[in-house]
Amino acid sequence: MLQSYPKIFSHLILISGILLMIVPIWMIFASSTHSNSTISSEGMQIFIGENFFENYDKVLNIRGGFYKEITASSMLINSFIMAIGIASLTVVISLMSAFAIVYFKFKLAVPFFWLIFITILVPLELRIMPSYQVVSDLGLTNSYAGLILPLSASAIATFFFRQFYLSIPNELLEAAKLDGANSWKFFIDFLIPLSKTMIMAVFIFMFVYGYNQYLWPLIMTTSEKYWTVVMGMKMLNIRSSVEGYAYIILSMLPPVLVIIILQRYFIQGLFQSK
Amino acid sequence: MKKVQFNSYFTQYFFVAPQLIIILIFLYLPIAQTFTDAFTIQDPFGFGSYFAGFDNFRFVLSDPTYVTALKFTLIFVFVITFFSCSIGLLLAVQANNVIHGKSIYKTLLIWPYAIAPAVVGVTANYFFSERLGILYNFFHNLWGFNWYENIYDSYIYVFIAATWKQISANFIFFLAGLQNIQKSILEASVIDCKSSFRRFWTITFPLLMPTTFFLIIINITYAFFDTLGIIDTTTIGAPSGETKTLVFKAYIDGFKGLDLGSAGAQSIIMMLIVLIITIFQFRFIEGRIHYN
Repeated sequence: MLQSYPKIFSHLILISGILLMIVPIWMIFASSTHSNSTISSEGMQIFIGENFFENYDKVLNIRGGFYKEITASSMLINSFIMAIGIASLTVVISLMSAFAIVYFKFKLAVPFFWLIFITILVPLELRIMPSYQVVSDLGLTNSYAGLILPLSASAIATFFFRQFYLSIPNELLEAAKLDGANSWKFFIDFLIPLSKTMIMAVFIFMFVYGYNQYLWPLIMTTSEKYWTVVMGMKMLNIRSSVEGYAYIILSMLPPVLVIIILQRYFIQGLFQSK
Repeated sequence: MKKVQFNSYFTQYFFVAPQLIIILIFLYLPIAQTFTDAFTIQDPFGFGSYFAGFDNFRFVLSDPTYVTALKFTLIFVFVITFFSCSIGLLLAVQANNVIHGKSIYKTLLIWPYAIAPAVVGVTANYFFSERLGILYNFFHNLWGFNWYENIYDSYIYVFIAATWKQISANFIFFLAGLQNIQKSILEASVIDCKSSFRRFWTITFPLLMPTTFFLIIINITYAFFDTLGIIDTTTIGAPSGETKTLVFKAYIDGFKGLDLGSAGAQSIIMMLIVLIITIFQFRFIEGRIHYN
């Protein structure tokens, strides 16, 4: 085979890479299980302490914000609603528009393609102030729609689906047409089942993207009720205590679990879309 | 486009409409507003506004703090792209090389991809805080590291946080790229060249160019835009504005300083920079890529 230097070097490099990734987060986790006095006198810890349940219980139910209306657990729920909203909406609208671009005699296909291509050059961070203005003019500040819609106005997913549709052989549509399938039937009975892996991959990608949003929820939620976990870190004043460590672990857990559990779909989707 | 297609006028618009509407309202409307803002000067007391031509742009470009942010951003983009790509590629090559434990390595290396930049920033904060931060103390003992006051030390702080976060994304894509290379090409190359090191640079690496090209764009956008969460949770621009990226500065000027004209002009300059980089990439790098 293609081997000329011992595999042991590969293993050593990989293990150092893994340590580089895991050690910092492990230390945050280990520290999150100690008492406040241990952390403030001795600093971060490498071994697990005894306050795991106490600290996590405290941080899940800690009341934050000016009116004390929000807890970390309700922020987690907000983050989930936002992430699932963005992921589902993006998947649905991108599947549909990619279908229209690829499978219809579409006069506007080229202009529309460019219209969405440009969106990739203008991420939300670049249009944050005017986006805020538009959302507040529509009366959508402090609402889930306001959290979800502007972040779904991106067309990266449309490209993924477009590439995927283009790779599907023409014979499929010819056969479907012979069987008398109209566009709806073709879309629902043929394309969607074929796109399952891609749909999963795009969903995971957009879920992580939505969950991890920081700036947008930070500026558009003036009411504490709509705070999300990632931005809440800035608002809750717990950084100097042990709850800060527990909060970090809690806030990163959902997307990390999603990636670990569903990585097969995620990576397969990336392969297909090349 | 496909050879065989549907030909229903209403259905096609029905399928395109949802995305079109969302993009028009939440993307093109704000972009139009950005351009309006950039060419207007708002009265600071809210008594109307007037057309200002390129005054906002002139003001931004002659502002020394903007030049500082521009310099920092360019260094930042280069350092992040170079280091996270190199480490990601090194790990991907090794993961592609081993037979045992491949999937475990893969799992253990990709999960940091899912952590939010802002969460990485807060995590880094614990390691770099003055009294108890492990890395702070370690570097402090080596050369008197103090990011609160020294510009280069604050660079190191954000570079480490931002690069760490991006390694796994590069790893995933490089691994996918490596696995797409045909085995027969690599096996044939073993006959011609004994040194695996030279084989990598003359055969594998050129074949990986499409992936590298794609990743460079991904890393540039990451360094420009996604790192805002890291800056805002680590140095917040410390020591005194030297670690502000362009996006972070536009956000501070627009949202905290309420200078919409300046923020709009800054956004447009950034769009131009990203556009130029993208075109440059397509013209000069794309032409030299070997697709297999």
